[in-house]
Amino acid sequence: MTVELFIQYLVAGITYGSIYAIVAIGFNIIYNTTGIINFAQGEFVMLGGMLAITFLHFLPLPLAIAVAVLCTMAIGAAIEILFIRWLHNPGVLRLVIITVGISILIREAALHIWGDNVHSLPYFVGNEVSTIAVLGARVSPQVLWVIGACGLMVLFLNVFFQMTSVGREMRACAANRTAAVLCGIDTRNMVTLSFVLSAGIGAVAGAVMSPITYTQYDIGTGLAIKGFTVAILGGLGNSLGAVAAGLLLGVIEAFSVSVVPLAFQDAISIALLLVILFVRPHGLFGSSAAGLKEF
Amino acid sequence: MLRIRNLESGYGRLRVLKNISMHVNPGEIVTIIGANGAGKTTLLSTIAGLIRATSGEIRFQGQELTRLAASKIPRQGCVMVPEGRQVFASMTVEENLLLGGHCLGRAGRRDLSALLERQYGLFPILRDRRSQFAGTLSGGEQQMLAMARALMSRPSLLMMDEPSTGLAPLIVRDIFQIIVRLRQEGNTVLLVEQNAKAALGIADRGYVLETGKVILQGSSEDLLANKDVQRAYLGREKIE
Repeated sequence: MTVELFIQYLVAGITYGSIYAIVAIGFNIIYNTTGIINFAQGEFVMLGGMLAITFLHFLPLPLAIAVAVLCTMAIGAAIEILFIRWLHNPGVLRLVIITVGISILIREAALHIWGDNVHSLPYFVGNEVSTIAVLGARVSPQVLWVIGACGLMVLFLNVFFQMTSVGREMRACAANRTAAVLCGIDTRNMVTLSFVLSAGIGAVAGAVMSPITYTQYDIGTGLAIKGFTVAILGGLGNSLGAVAAGLLLGVIEAFSVSVVPLAFQDAISIALLLVILFVRPHGLFGSSAAGLKEF
Repeated sequence: MLRIRNLESGYGRLRVLKNISMHVNPGEIVTIIGANGAGKTTLLSTIAGLIRATSGEIRFQGQELTRLAASKIPRQGCVMVPEGRQVFASMTVEENLLLGGHCLGRAGRRDLSALLERQYGLFPILRDRRSQFAGTLSGGEQQMLAMARALMSRPSLLMMDEPSTGLAPLIVRDIFQIIVRLRQEGNTVLLVEQNAKAALGIADRGYVLETGKVILQGSSEDLLANKDVQRAYLGREKIE
């Protein structure tokens, strides 16, 4: 393998890997405040892309994406308020089934609204064939948008959770729900906020990736499986673990193309998910005491 | 300050508290003693709103608490230190304390650094450990952190559930000394304890709870002198 080809695969892997990482972080944010896996996370990504494509008919690109992200956040809040907030002490299984139901609901609604055609946003800069030279390899500028946007979101989330008082209160809910209530923190609002945040970052990822990966009503399922694999691999609830695991899975997938046919790409991540669930259910970076204990 | 009338409460169909009436006056330490399963923790949890009362009333400074959500009650000035510490283990000591000041609202946020200093003055060990994760503290230090966290909101009433559980006798003595000091500074404390002797030693008044009912009440001296209390809770059998 030449150096150029190696870098080409590496960049492709990092691009997909950062999208997986964002989906996984979306899982983690909701897992941390509620203890459940929100299987509608992939649908947030799809909605971000689809809504941006629709709004592009009326608005310039940056505004269309901003409005799409805000709409997806509102949908995230609505889901929590309509389906989860009013339940009293719901079991984990019940909540998981609810999120699976919601994901099917959103997917079918998207099929009715946008049809089963493949849509996509235009490239933010240049077009399909414009490239930038990176260490001898040629990559699309959109790839840099994806990596940059995902990196910024990780940075933003870290600052938010570590530096702001609202972020601190959300972490408190994750650490000990009863104690958070006793400190006067309204934990239900924190759960709503976690859905809003996850929906928001999912939608941003959905919009920036749309020009290269395209957007279809059913992309959410595949992304949810990849994102779930990454979340488990990195240790549930561990966002930095998710970034590392996301990049790892992306790179493994990208390089697998040189060994096995392209069609096996999804099989690799699902095989990885099975192996990790059997061998290290607490993930590469999680401690064995935490994570998955509620399942 | 706190007045409870005919309170009934429990879990689902199970009625744990039956017709509890009691009160706490400003500036006193009141203790609730009783054996395992007497309903002590249930009583505190009901006041704190973690469990809904099925009937009766809890008036705190003229405000009815039974209708309020649990997260609104600390803002009224009624704060609970739960059994088993319940610190935010994955967060630093200072973050734990700042979270305790959550219910002060925007106006009170400016006083946060002064309040932090106050807690560090009261519990010097916490200053040394301020950037350490709360989960790495010893049991006694965690108990102090839980108390300091509750005090961050400048509560009018501090409710403590079994602060001595699982702690070495010397540390229990320290904790109880701090509770006495809190009273000297004008705080009001409602203390639930299994360690009846230690609790009655520092309290002004006490209630004895048995199977969800108040069976005895009075000043600490009277309770300490009471034959039934001595036999049941102080492990002292007088053989005539």
